[in-house]
Amino acid sequence: MSVARTIIAAMLLVAAPALLAGEIPQDARHSGYSFMGPDTRAMQDDDTSNPGMLFVLDGEALWKTRSGSAGRACADCHGDARESMKGVAARYPAFDKALGRPVTLDQRINLCRANHQQATPLSHESRDLLALSAFVAHQSRGVAITAGDDPQLKPFVEQGRALFVQRQGQLNLACTNCHDDNYDKHLAGAPVTQGQPTGYPLYRLEWQTLGSLERRLRSCMSGVRAQAFDYGAPELVALELYLMARARGMPMESPAVRP
Amino acid sequence: MIHIAALIAASLALTDGTRAQALVSYNIVGDGIPESLTGAPGDAARGRALVLDRSTTCILCHSGPFPETRFQGDLAPDLTGAGNRWSTSQLRLRLVDASRFNRETIMPSYYRNDGLVRVGRNLAGKPILSPSQIEDIVAYLATLRD
Ligand code: HEC
Ligand code: HEC
Repeated sequence: MSVARTIIAAMLLVAAPALLAGEIPQDARHSGYSFMGPDTRAMQDDDTSNPGMLFVLDGEALWKTRSGSAGRACADCHGDARESMKGVAARYPAFDKALGRPVTLDQRINLCRANHQQATPLSHESRDLLALSAFVAHQSRGVAITAGDDPQLKPFVEQGRALFVQRQGQLNLACTNCHDDNYDKHLAGAPVTQGQPTGYPLYRLEWQTLGSLERRLRSCMSGVRAQAFDYGAPELVALELYLMARARGMPMESPAVRP
Repeated sequence: MIHIAALIAASLALTDGTRAQALVSYNIVGDGIPESLTGAPGDAARGRALVLDRSTTCILCHSGPFPETRFQGDLAPDLTGAGNRWSTSQLRLRLVDASRFNRETIMPSYYRNDGLVRVGRNLAGKPILSPSQIEDIVAYLATLRD
């Protein structure tokens, strides 16, 4: 092998983040979207029929609404979200220096409420929290996911990966058993999918509402009859971070629609 | 007094989900469990209903000769003809602990209560199925002959 070729080969190795055993290569990654039927796809594709867009509109109003004893709105600090929030959701969960650990977008919103608005936290899966996170995530539509790139996050990505491959629950199944090994198959007739986190928060027809990625992970955990991690638990955040890192390069599609 | 203490202890054992429920003992002979877990044969009709019930979980992964349901899985082999391929003794061990046949299998062990991680609080220490449910399903699978 010539020196030039060796160097090029080495560069390619560096450029593509190394895949761990069992991981889905970049060109084989597919969003849950590609496993859906034409009706559900059409619903997601058309903003006037996508129920998630109602939450985005609510979120836009909340973005501009003063809240808490500081009497400030998100917009007072961050201005036009179309500029300031573009690409933000694509790199969450992100490392928080003060806490020394990753926080989800929902947690960031509540940290801003506590620290900058002196407002009470919004509860998990509440309409206002989903509306704000949908509005912020919508600004990243089409943006490639980069979450997990921050080197400080490395141990937390590893923690998430360990949880992803660990068998759990009374049914003794790991996330990887379904979402890496069997995504081309069907569970009781329904496509298993790769479990990609690209569309959250998203409107799930089964839920009849918008829901967070944490809600989805908790229901997969209950599905294997495991004790689901609490909302905001470090383990759940690590799992979410691993999923986002596993989806590196995939475009965000929030708010998506799923069956 | 002793009676009351015993009652309290018994009810604590029931509410304490982490305490393993005692399983009936069974003998593995070769690659099977030759004797019924209940000491009696199962009921194949009840077994069929159990296999079709989603909460038993079989048809999440398996398909089979069940024309009445469209919602079958394809993560696992079709159960049609299982009674030709396997003896009753093998089917019983497969249900009790499928990992005896394939260490890496995704099929849950339906009669096991240890070595599991983070089991749901209200399920901890309990096997997925009871001995009589296992026997009913074994009796049904044994009838699946082409
Ligand atoms: C027994 C199979 C199975 C196991 C184990 C499992 N899931 Fe799922 N998962 C599903 C099915 C079925 C769906 C629903 C299809 C869908 O919405 O993608 C799903 C959906 C998802 C989705 C939503 C994908 C989308 O497009 O919105 C994510 C994310 C996910 N799972 C992650 C996980 C994680 C993390 C674990 C482990 C804690 C896990 N799953 C365990 C079967 C499983
Ligand atoms: C999560 C998936 C899953 C579930 C749930 C499941 N199985 Fe299986 N089963 C498998 C797989 C995969 C195999 C193939 C062999 C192996 O990997 O052990 C199998 C093999 C079998 C076989 C042997 C098939 C043959 O003819 O070779 C029988 C019989 C069987 N299962 C019955 C059942 C019954 C009855 C239930 C429910 C009480 C059940 N399984 C639940 C995944 C599953």
